[in-house]
Amino acid sequence: MTQTRAGFTKAQLLEFYRQMLLIRRFEERAAEMYTRGKVRGFLHLYIGEEAIAVGTMAALDPADYIVTHYRDHGHALARGIPSKSIMAELFGKVTGTSRGKGGSMHIYDVSKNFMGGYAIVGGQMPIAAGLALSARYKNENRIAVVFFGDGALNEGEFHETLNLASLWKLPVLFYLENNLYGMGDTIDNTYAGGRDVSRAATHYRIPARQVDGMNVQEVYGAVRDVTASIRKGNGPFFLEALTYRFRGHSMADPANYRSKEELASWMKRDPVPTLRIQLLDMAVPKAELEAIEQGVEQEINEAVDFADKSADPDPSDLYRDIEADSVSATHS
Amino acid sequence: MPEMTFREAIRKGLTEAMDGDQKVFLMGEDIGAYGGSYAVTAGFLEKYGPIRVRDTPISESAIVGTGVGAAMGGLRPIVEIMTINFSLLAMDQIVNHAVKVRSMSAGAAHVPMVMRTVTGGGAGLAATHSQSLEGWYATVPGMKVVIPSTPADALGLLRTALQDEDPVLFCEHALLYGTRGEVPAKPYTIPFGKARIARQGKDVTLVGNARMVHVALQAADELAQRGVQAEVIDLRTLRPLDVETVATSVKKTHRCLIIDEAWKTGAIGTYLAFRVQQEAFDTLDAPIAHIGGEDVPMPYARNLEQLAIPSVQTVLKALKDQIGV
Ligand SMILES: Cc1ncc(C[n+]2csc(CCOP(=O)(O)OP(=O)(O)O)c2C)c(N)n1
Ligand SMILES: [Mg+2]
Repeated sequence: MTQTRAGFTKAQLLEFYRQMLLIRRFEERAAEMYTRGKVRGFLHLYIGEEAIAVGTMAALDPADYIVTHYRDHGHALARGIPSKSIMAELFGKVTGTSRGKGGSMHIYDVSKNFMGGYAIVGGQMPIAAGLALSARYKNENRIAVVFFGDGALNEGEFHETLNLASLWKLPVLFYLENNLYGMGDTIDNTYAGGRDVSRAATHYRIPARQVDGMNVQEVYGAVRDVTASIRKGNGPFFLEALTYRFRGHSMADPANYRSKEELASWMKRDPVPTLRIQLLDMAVPKAELEAIEQGVEQEINEAVDFADKSADPDPSDLYRDIEADSVSATHS
Repeated sequence: MPEMTFREAIRKGLTEAMDGDQKVFLMGEDIGAYGGSYAVTAGFLEKYGPIRVRDTPISESAIVGTGVGAAMGGLRPIVEIMTINFSLLAMDQIVNHAVKVRSMSAGAAHVPMVMRTVTGGGAGLAATHSQSLEGWYATVPGMKVVIPSTPADALGLLRTALQDEDPVLFCEHALLYGTRGEVPAKPYTIPFGKARIARQGKDVTLVGNARMVHVALQAADELAQRGVQAEVIDLRTLRPLDVETVATSVKKTHRCLIIDEAWKTGAIGTYLAFRVQQEAFDTLDAPIAHIGGEDVPMPYARNLEQLAIPSVQTVLKALKDQIGV
């Protein structure tokens, strides 16, 4: 395999490109389906932040636990959860990742150690610590990675969990996706600690590092480095990816609280076209990229088609999977 | 049958679980070096070591949430929430996560976790430390709420809780730890959702849970002196709730008084009354009566505290005023 400048093979970079594009197109179509009434509830788009999920998942082991927040399509797709199962979940269909019970904010695939999207800000934090504790307890060589937004910095569960995980040296990667906003309010308005949020971690003696969340190669490298430290038994690490969401907080939000200039300056760093240009610069034939793009287009068409044609959950599913006694997909 | 205290029964159940399954571990505030704030886990740290008996910081949300994750990861955590008053700081983990993971993952992940906690008033601890909040949790689908009144039930129900594949809130009444009772030596378990007939009678049904069962039994003694034979039912679990046993009793006695230590407004017993009247309406000689804790923040002064919690006197008065017994 030919190595590129930064040590990535061409195949790796093409796969990064494919996955980022897959997330982008998936969400664009999901948004369209939302306006058509096929997707309901809240829909939080990850558009602009794709480099984080893609670079991170590529750098992790399949055995590692992933726990995330409600802005979870990107993480789920990058983890390799089939796009059609996720789309079907958004459509509320029985073929969805949670048989239509969870919707956009609660994506799970336990077979991929993807232990869920959590829709209560900060609620996922101690759950990841517990998964890490189970790994340590059983002498398993795996870590837990927990994604959260800058809004979660202000929740008690964030602080409780960092403290506990540090005391117990749990193998957790605390992964802040700092997109500078929690709904409509800026981090400057809501977090008293200033922009150097890593201090929130170092206060608990958790080492911290920042990475450019718009650069998939840098994300990959940073995650490799910090997870190596965690795997050595050094306890948790805190990684802050600087990023920006290009869309509103959810489909209901036109994002009037931020300036066009600010958005434009971040969109100049859009990770998807940025990587495309890099690949062309590396003399990757345009036709090769177009083949990837067509493949993504086709996959998304198939996902929407699958979701649309799938059945609604059976009314008898109402009481399914609430307690162990009730019928269950995996326990019956 | 050997006799033991309520505390010893809980300790026995925990010891069996720790000895029987390496995946079981304990986690909570001051459960290790201190021995537990109600001394239930005294000696456990020395016996099982700090990997399995984990003293935590005072972080209720992290304690319960870490239990949720550990259970999802294949362990069988027993977490201790020092008292149910402090469970409010963990309510997100209990209500939003512990009992939601199974359905949000379509059964692919689940949370076999026992949350032990201390409930009830009467110890002079005033408003913030005397609440009976278990009924709140009993309204949540997916939750199991256990509240024993005797050592034998405590052990049998704890064994069942520890075998459950889903979250169980196990409530121990603070004033019952020192009470004694016979506990069968042979292995046994007690299923959830099966109330116990603590005393048989034909004239009126008294229903309670935890310490209120003992209040009801004392009231039944007094009634017996007047020739009234009260049947006393101990609910044992609030969710699942054994409507059937109560309804069957009421069809026989035609009269019913339900007693809660929890605030009377919205107490679980009022819901039970509704369910029982649906089943037994035609057989009732009087409306189903209910008494609960007074709707006040628990006062500190002894005389006021006594007024706020149902007692033998208030039970007898309610029977007289509301049912005419
Ligand atoms: C405990 C809680 N409070 C409030 C909300 C409503 N809410 C949903 S997302 C959000 C903003 C979170 O922002 P951030 O953590 O920065 O994540 P981002 O949406 O930017 O990815 C709020 C307030 C919630 N879901 N949970
Ligand atoms: Mg944010």
